[in-house]
Amino acid sequence: MKRRSDLSLAVALAVGCLLSNGALHAQDVIKIGAVAPKTGPLAAAAATTQWPNIQLWATQVNERGGLKMKDGSRRKIVIIEYDDRTNPQETIKAVQRLATQDKVDFIISPLGTGLNLAAAPVFAQYGYPQIAVSSITDKIDELTQRYPTIFFTLGSTSAFARSVVEVLSKMRGEGKIGNKVAMVNVADAFGIELAEAARGALKKAGFEIVYDKSYPPTTIDLSPIVKGAKAANPDAFVAWSYPPDTFAITEQARIEKFSVKAYYTGVGTQFPAYVSKFGPSIEGNLGPGGIDSSSAELQAYYAAHMKVTGKPADFWGSPVTYAALQVLEQAIEGVGSTDRKAVTEYIKNNTFKTVMGAWKFKDQQIVHYWTVGQWQNGRYVGVASTGLPGAKPVIPKTGW
Amino acid sequence: MEILIVGILLGANYSLIAMGLTLQYGVARIMNLASGEILVAGGFGAFWVFTALKLSPFVSLVFVVPAAFLLNWLIYRHLLAPLVRRAKSRGHLEVDSILATFGMSFAFVGIMLLTFGGDFFSYSYLATAFDIFGSPFGLNRVVACLVSLAVCGSLYFWLNNTRTGMALRAVSVDPVAAGLVAIDVPKLSALSFALGGAVTAAGGMLLSTFLTLDASSGVVFTMKALVIVIMGGVGDIRGAIVAAMILGLAETVVASLADPGLTLAAAYLLFVLVLLFRPQGLFGGSQS
Repeated sequence: MKRRSDLSLAVALAVGCLLSNGALHAQDVIKIGAVAPKTGPLAAAAATTQWPNIQLWATQVNERGGLKMKDGSRRKIVIIEYDDRTNPQETIKAVQRLATQDKVDFIISPLGTGLNLAAAPVFAQYGYPQIAVSSITDKIDELTQRYPTIFFTLGSTSAFARSVVEVLSKMRGEGKIGNKVAMVNVADAFGIELAEAARGALKKAGFEIVYDKSYPPTTIDLSPIVKGAKAANPDAFVAWSYPPDTFAITEQARIEKFSVKAYYTGVGTQFPAYVSKFGPSIEGNLGPGGIDSSSAELQAYYAAHMKVTGKPADFWGSPVTYAALQVLEQAIEGVGSTDRKAVTEYIKNNTFKTVMGAWKFKDQQIVHYWTVGQWQNGRYVGVASTGLPGAKPVIPKTGW
Repeated sequence: MEILIVGILLGANYSLIAMGLTLQYGVARIMNLASGEILVAGGFGAFWVFTALKLSPFVSLVFVVPAAFLLNWLIYRHLLAPLVRRAKSRGHLEVDSILATFGMSFAFVGIMLLTFGGDFFSYSYLATAFDIFGSPFGLNRVVACLVSLAVCGSLYFWLNNTRTGMALRAVSVDPVAAGLVAIDVPKLSALSFALGGAVTAAGGMLLSTFLTLDASSGVVFTMKALVIVIMGGVGDIRGAIVAAMILGLAETVVASLADPGLTLAAAYLLFVLVLLFRPQGLFGGSQS
């Protein structure tokens, strides 16, 4: 009898210790959910700009001891990852699981315009702030009004397309290029919307569009497109393309010795893999995004990214993704707790110190962002933006 | 003229993608929905040899082809042969094999993701201009075309002029009757499945010299291969080659003379027309 009660006492004590340890442990960490593609069409994009940044950020925060709460204690962060397979329905399911089953404190926004927009209602329903990066759409005003928890950081479709046209107009004004533009786009929402916006802006700026075609996303032979564009004798070439086509078009243009003084390709132009594949022949190539190469903070970021993740960061989405994570970090520390409502309000009303400079959201948007970058001397620098300092002058492309 | 050459180059690439699946579906009767992943794996092998070992990606064929052969043979023996044994009819086997290989494709994507990561991989090899009749073409594409024509040609020769080849053709026509004339059907089915996998991996290596691939790209190639195999007629190599050429030429003609946006529409329209007027495929015999 005595032995049994001794045993049950011991068991009760042990269980009690385990439980209280568990509870203490749970109180010590902040759980952060992350859902983005690991497989599917956008997997490679996420592998470049999303997952490494999350890994880098979490490692750096935990090395510092964690996020500082208002009572002075520090809480480390734990990332709970889900693969949404580039399927919006999976994104929605994963966000709901993170909110209701894993009960995470915050959720990092998904990758991709479609996936972010699909998940926005769920974020709003559970009150999680959604600092979207890779979401370029013209519906930003409408969306920020509908969802008080969503924030946009990479700009709108029209501003993007307009910026490219402005760069071309400036080159034309300086006598570097003529009036004829050949434009192609991938037949996906991204390419179609940008081409649509660019068409209007080009016509308004008085350019003549001599070749205007679209191609299906998985086309493996883009030589008819490049040959067709070349035959139209343009002064400038613009391609609203995805990474596989960006690479294929550039290779074809190089083989054809497609001599235009202004050559713009879409997503992928800003990848480190672009310069490592093509080398110095891409000197003068224009693309999306860009960075202020003189920023010491950015240089430190790139070095840290390489050291912690073993992969180079890109020059458009990567630093902005990291900046968005810095915003989340500073907002949580600013509020000093994991109160989501307070953090969301904090994001709306404060200025943040990020690798992309000082960020202050205006109506839940960052209004100053890089739009056009160019490869100059093996570095990808920002040449046009919506009001950021440090733009380098555009150089004309002189052959391959 | 330029359009013709571009079309032939593209058609040869397509035939490479479809050649492996023709063997696997035609002889082994397995509709292998994971063939795109084998192709991407072959491409990964070539990428690794080129970037890590700094050798010509063709060197990767030395280990990629035998490895793919062995892997596919093992998959057939342990995963698919049980399905073959218990299938009561050809249709039953097709459904089973579609489901099994569909699941396999997800597993392969996951394995490749773990091993190579999710990034795009792309390298420049022979990306110089090769002039044919005055127009520049990518040397890597020309080489891929020549190699794929050589592979298809030698496969066709082997199938029609050797004893094993004849046995394989017999199995593709009627497995039951072939068994009756002392052909070891299970062994030959495994052989053709493994051979199909090896050819697909070699095709992946060739395609990787000018395409940008990532772990999730396989599904696009599987779909293309499926269209070509069904359009060409099941079990006939000639059919696959001819269908691939027709498709390549049609897509190039549409892209150059009409609108590049219509290439997919044209390809599938052609597919639908062939199925409407000749449901067994261009070279297909009557269904057994």
